[in-house]
Order: sequence, then C-alpha cells, then structure tokens
Amino acid sequence: MNKRRVVVTGIGALTPIGNNIEEFWANLLNGVSGAAPITHFNTEKFKTNFACEIKNFDAGEILGRKEVRRLDPVMQYSLVASDEAIKDAGLDTLENKKRVGVFWASGIGGIDTLHAEIVEYTKGDGTPRFTPFLVPKMIVDASAGNISIRHGFTGPSAAIVTACASSTHCIGLGYDQILLGRADVMVVGGAEAAIGEVGVGAFNALKALSTRNDNPTAASRPFDKDRDGFVIGEGAGCLVIEELEHAVARGAKIYAEIIGVAQNADAYHITAPNPDGTGVIELIKLVLNDAGIKAEDLDYINPHSTSTDLGDIAETNAIKTALGDAIYNIHMSATKSMTGHLISAAGAVESIICIKTINEGKIAPTINFNEFDPQIDSNLKITPNKMVEANVDIALNINYGFGGHNSAVIFKKYQG
Amino acid sequence: MASIQERVTKIIADKLVINESEITPNSNFKKDLGADSIDLVELIMEFEREFGISIPDERAEEIQTVGNAISFLEANS
Repeated sequence: MNKRRVVVTGIGALTPIGNNIEEFWANLLNGVSGAAPITHFNTEKFKTNFACEIKNFDAGEILGRKEVRRLDPVMQYSLVASDEAIKDAGLDTLENKKRVGVFWASGIGGIDTLHAEIVEYTKGDGTPRFTPFLVPKMIVDASAGNISIRHGFTGPSAAIVTACASSTHCIGLGYDQILLGRADVMVVGGAEAAIGEVGVGAFNALKALSTRNDNPTAASRPFDKDRDGFVIGEGAGCLVIEELEHAVARGAKIYAEIIGVAQNADAYHITAPNPDGTGVIELIKLVLNDAGIKAEDLDYINPHSTSTDLGDIAETNAIKTALGDAIYNIHMSATKSMTGHLISAAGAVESIICIKTINEGKIAPTINFNEFDPQIDSNLKITPNKMVEANVDIALNINYGFGGHNSAVIFKKYQG
Repeated sequence: MASIQERVTKIIADKLVINESEITPNSNFKKDLGADSIDLVELIMEFEREFGISIPDERAEEIQTVGNAISFLEANS
C-alpha cells in the first residue's frame, strides 16, 4: 500500500503582530515587533514589564458575549484562530465530520481563570464558592474540546502538551493519525494566554525573560550578542492538515505538503538545553530521514531560537552539527524576534511561517540583529533585519519545550 | 431597595446574557432561557451571594423556573 500523503489545506493565526493570517504575514515581512508594555496587569513590582500581547481583540464581538463567559482567554484565542483555518479550508461544509479530529495544545491552560478563582477563594472565609465554570475554563484540553464541539468534529480530539513544542507535536502526531488512517482531516495547533502575574512572575523566577524594560521592541533579539532572554507572547496558530486524495476530491486549496515529522527527548534537564545538543542533532537526523531528504535539500529553517543566552547557542551549534556545511546555503529566520515567544502556540505559528515562505518566496527577517554572539557562527544566513526573496521548496520548523521535548516538521511545496 | 423579583431578574439577565424583558416568573431556565446545568449552578451561587443565604443542593434541584427561585428566596431570605 502506498503511504498516504498529507497536505495543509487551511491556516489561521491570532498573534501579537496580526489578528489574522493576512495582517500577521504583512507585519512579519515588514519586521514589526509585537512587544509593548503589559496592559493585562499591574507590573510595578515585576522584573519584566513588557510582553507581546494580542491587540485590538474583542472576543465578545467575535464569539458572542454569552459564549465568552464560559471561555478562558486561551480558549477564546483557540476558537478564533481555528475558525479562520477551518473556514479557509472549507471544512464547515464537509458532510462527514466523523473523520475530522482535533489535536490542540496549550502549555498552561486557563491560568487566568484559575488564578482569579484562587484569589477570590483566599479572600473569603474558607467556604468554597468556586464558579462551576472553573474546571471547564482551566483544563488544558478544553480548547480541543471546544473546537470539536463548535464544529461538530467527532474524530480523535485531545490536548498534546510539551510546553513550547506543544503545537509542533500536535502537527506531528496529527499527521500520524492521518497516515494511520484514523482520520482524514486533523485540525492541529495551539494557543497560549499566560501573560499574567503568575506567568510573567514564574518565568522571571527562572531568569528566562528579557528585562529590557526601557526598550521592549528591541528586547527579542535572537543570535545577537546583547540578547538577555525571551519575550513572552500570547496567541494561537492553527493548521488544517488533510489526506491528499480527500483534499483533492473536495477541491480544497493546497498550501503545502508535510513530508516528514519527528519527535524525541533530550533526557537531560527539565528546563535547560543540553549544551552538547545531542537531542536536537538526533531530531534533525530523524526528521530528514522521515522525509527522505538530505540536508542540502532544505531551503529554509525556522529555528526555535527564543533569544535566550544558552538556548540560541546550543541550538545553532546543534543545527550546524546535524546539517554540516549545507547550513551555509539554508535561509533561516528567528521570527520570535517579532512575535515574541508564543509558548505552546509557537510551533503552529512558525509552521505557518514556513508554509507562507514556500508559497510566497519571501523570507521573514530576524529583527533587532546587530552583532553575532561570538559563540554563534557568523556565517549562518539568519536574514538580519530585512526580509529577502528566495525560492523555497522545502522548509523545516523545529521547536523544543521544557521537559526536554523536541519536535520537528518538514513542509514541501505541493506538486501534484 | 429593588424587589426580590427585580434582583433575581437582573442576576439572570447578567449571567445568561439576555434581556430582562425575556425573563418572566414562568420562564424555565433550561427550556426558555438557554441555560445548561453549569449555568444553573452558577445562578444558584449568585442567588446565595446576593441574598446572603445558603441553598442546600436538594432544594436547589427544585429551582427550575424563575418563579421557583423567587418563591424560594421570598421564603428563605
């Protein structure tokens, strides 16, 4: 039996630099930063007082005021981004929704709701008065469940959680569902809404966040010698992936083909990258092997590079080791320089960037780049500050998550 | 001070995101006002908070219409 082929037939994004694909992509090519002072809470006592927040977003207007009461912001973001992708793919008119599944991630779930309810509880006399909406608003799988419910998709539905690699895992494991014949279409992606006291305070405690409070838009600067941590972001990204013949039969628009995926583990440390990069090196070999291509075949890489000191060094060294001299001919861009780090949504949004790059032949820049960190190879083609045009047939997206989870996916220009 | 009926109506309109004009004593929370079981639990909690009382679960189960709620609160608050 021939291997089933899987293509992308819909995309949707809600990001700090654009609330839909069109706006997001235009701002990405223009090098727009999504960073700004935090509006979600009072940051007076916090080490970091800026982030990449979603802007001009009125969930009540889009989803209805009653619906919104039942949804933590992370679920609101999930529904808006998945609505865009599902509409784009034309899935709402699909007759057989039993063969459509949802793998959807959130790293942290409804932390905003959980935090608010705990605060209310501790203010009282100990009588539990938790809202009955607390459980459905905080559980990590509620976004996946809400997407299935909203669209009537009764195929496999789950949350796959691997911190910042989550939505890449959703893509990879969703792809497997289609290959195995368990579904014909999978709605895959992730969302995060963790820019609150707990999220920012806790990442500050790990010394993971940039504290460049005097210049937020310059704070996310992957590969640059003056970087000082990542910038937390929020938002959602969604891909509709589909078995090729199913897509062709219903006349769906095809953005790109997924030709390989891989996942593995560092098995090293719960938050730090392995400095010798063995997990990432192995991951890249696995994904190239799964796709049946060589390093030289890659045209573009969207690396994880978050603008942390250790992470960017470990990652670029691992990529170099895995790909050898081929890396010097491969375009790269660290788009977290613009979007900030969308945590579990990063992998889906960056996969969308790979797809748009293939479709449009435009490489988004790595902004805020001034001078290479001396421990990072200055011959890497990181697309500093300005987008460039280039033909891209094959693109690799890589993400890693706390826990040592690594995940990769390769997209290829679709050719019949 | 607003009557019990007015206070109950206001809470229901707020929590279910509907107009007060849609709410009558005969309205059944689930059949007429679009509430589900979770909405109903939240409404009972809001009545408890507003009227400073505790509604035991077995009594809460009897509250299916706006009129049921008003009667209970008139008798117990």
